[in-house]
Amino acid sequence: MNLDDLTDLAEKYREAEAGVDREVRVCLAASCQSSGAVPVFDALVAELGDTKPSCKVKGVGCMGLCSAGPLVAVADREADLQGSVLYRDVTADDAEDIVASIDGPPVERLRCPTNQPFFARQQKIVLENAGIIDPDSFKGYVAVGGYSALIRALSEMTPADVLREVTDSGLRGRGGGGYPTGLKWSTVAKMPATQKYVICNADEGDPGAFMDRAILESDPHRVLEGMAIAAYAIGANKAYVYVRAEYPLAVERLQTAIRKAKRSGLLGNKIGDTQFSLEVEIRLGAGAFVCGEETALMASIEGLRGQPRPRPPYPAEAGLWGYPTLINNVETFANIAPIVREGGDWFASIGTERSKGTKVFALAGTITNTGLIEVPMGTSLRDIIEVIGGGIPGGKAFKAVQTGGPSGGCIPAQHLDIAVDYDSLKTLGTMMGSGGMIVMDETSSMVDVARYFMEFCMTESCGKCIPCRTGTQQMHSILDRLAKSQATRAELTLLEELCEVVQATSLCGLGQTAPNPVLSTMRYFRDEYEAKLGEV
Amino acid sequence: MSLQQAKPPLPSDDKRWKLVNATMRRNGYAGHALIETLHSVQDAFGFLDEGSLRFVASSLDLPLSKVYGVATFYHLFALKPKGRHACVVCTGTACYIKGAGGLVERLQERYDINPGETTEDDRLSLLTARCVGACGLAPAIVIDGDVLGKLDSESLIAKLEELT
Repeated sequence: MNLDDLTDLAEKYREAEAGVDREVRVCLAASCQSSGAVPVFDALVAELGDTKPSCKVKGVGCMGLCSAGPLVAVADREADLQGSVLYRDVTADDAEDIVASIDGPPVERLRCPTNQPFFARQQKIVLENAGIIDPDSFKGYVAVGGYSALIRALSEMTPADVLREVTDSGLRGRGGGGYPTGLKWSTVAKMPATQKYVICNADEGDPGAFMDRAILESDPHRVLEGMAIAAYAIGANKAYVYVRAEYPLAVERLQTAIRKAKRSGLLGNKIGDTQFSLEVEIRLGAGAFVCGEETALMASIEGLRGQPRPRPPYPAEAGLWGYPTLINNVETFANIAPIVREGGDWFASIGTERSKGTKVFALAGTITNTGLIEVPMGTSLRDIIEVIGGGIPGGKAFKAVQTGGPSGGCIPAQHLDIAVDYDSLKTLGTMMGSGGMIVMDETSSMVDVARYFMEFCMTESCGKCIPCRTGTQQMHSILDRLAKSQATRAELTLLEELCEVVQATSLCGLGQTAPNPVLSTMRYFRDEYEAKLGEV
Repeated sequence: MSLQQAKPPLPSDDKRWKLVNATMRRNGYAGHALIETLHSVQDAFGFLDEGSLRFVASSLDLPLSKVYGVATFYHLFALKPKGRHACVVCTGTACYIKGAGGLVERLQERYDINPGETTEDDRLSLLTARCVGACGLAPAIVIDGDVLGKLDSESLIAKLEELT
């Protein structure tokens, strides 16, 4: 198959749907499903029936504004989310009114304006298809130009060309570390080996982060396409997606996508009639935060306990079963197809000097608009929280935003104007992480939050190295005593020392970053710690 | 030279073992398929008992200690049977900020069980999870596989009481 064949195929799929000019899109991602989107979908299908052949009801992926779910969009076939009439908090009883409104005026009582900043201020690259295409439909993905980047890479580019585009794009790992993707790929590509592996890290363990889940549930083919391009560039023929078992819907959609792509010859043997082959297999996680760490993740794929090992050797040299392995996060792979399609320079023109492209953030906590957003790197925190997120509900004051999960830290109000990118957040003692943002209002106690994260790290520590295993336990017990106003000043000093020791001596990222929530809250909310000291 | 080992007999004539066997066969009885196999046992039987761990160990030709080590390392594997209903409280950060801790406490009080335990009449298991990825619905609760959101403790208990 060459590029023209694929274009023809896309054209054919579009023609098959030519009679349909209006779509009723129902968000069937996990969050909207939990708020009752399935009955809404069924009711709309039943209500529409065969009455309007030019209109169809379609299940789609995440539209972003989870707090207003279930969401339903009525749109022209080619329109994006902003160009559609969006309805919020829809119930099955509303189906009649929505169907009646397809050719008439919209149902005002359900409307959710799409010109509000939440939608208008976003720039979508990773999520460009989310909420528009049916994630279970292979045809739907091809019809919007899917797999053309893969075919283009295979038929018109050498692996070195692909590496150059990715390097030029300036893309950095979206899993949190921010390591330059092009550099990582080139390192693996250079390794002499008969066998290499590609792994997609979909073990999204950061509490408060759900970007990977939404991407997999909304556009699974996009991730597979990125993985296939990566495998071609580095010379691998076997790939694994390591997904959390806690995400059953994402697993199901990914399985469907792999099966369909394989049947159409875009995965498996001799992809697109070239010499390139790739087998993709899903591996289920079993509930261990540490398995997000790359060496622990590989141990888990090998059927072992998910315990990390010292690096070097890095996975790029000796990874899965000792072979060179490329590990990237879901969002990183989802960025690849547009980079190959539009070119590395295009991607590099978005974002900041050292952080290119866009980033998907999950907004949660005490914020008006909870959900998923994608903005260019360098957007200020204030824009994200006050403008896009709609600020704090209930007239309360903003206190802090927690970024980077248990490895990150809390940012107070005085730093809200910072432009969000990998490096700026590090200067504040936190990190971008995979993109979870949890907003806290004035009622939150920072000591309590620090205790919460330490409890998390303590229970999730794999137990292999002592600083992490016992250090986090000691820190948790001090924080617990602090929260109950029983700790002494000496213990507070000990806590600070422990932070340094655990940070400097732990084996993997879990232990090395476990003190971050404590250090950052101590840095900005020292008075709260002081106020919690016991009488003695 | 490796000899083809005789596969151990199935622990019982329960048909569900065929599902487990199918998983192992699909992966060529390789040791690295251990986690997949344990998932399949737990999907079929609800938990991992000693008999099933022994069976998996000998089928995959792994030491029992290793199988036990893996089964206890991962939070998702249960070595004790669950009750007829399972209530999982998400304790991710967003849910915690929105009061998941209070929900757990209230359930502990009401049913006299700790997270990970099952009521004496076998009716309800209380579990906690680290972020189910439904932060928009915080605090999120998963009752028998269905995710519910934005519940307070009283409406949650009312829902649990309705279960038979």
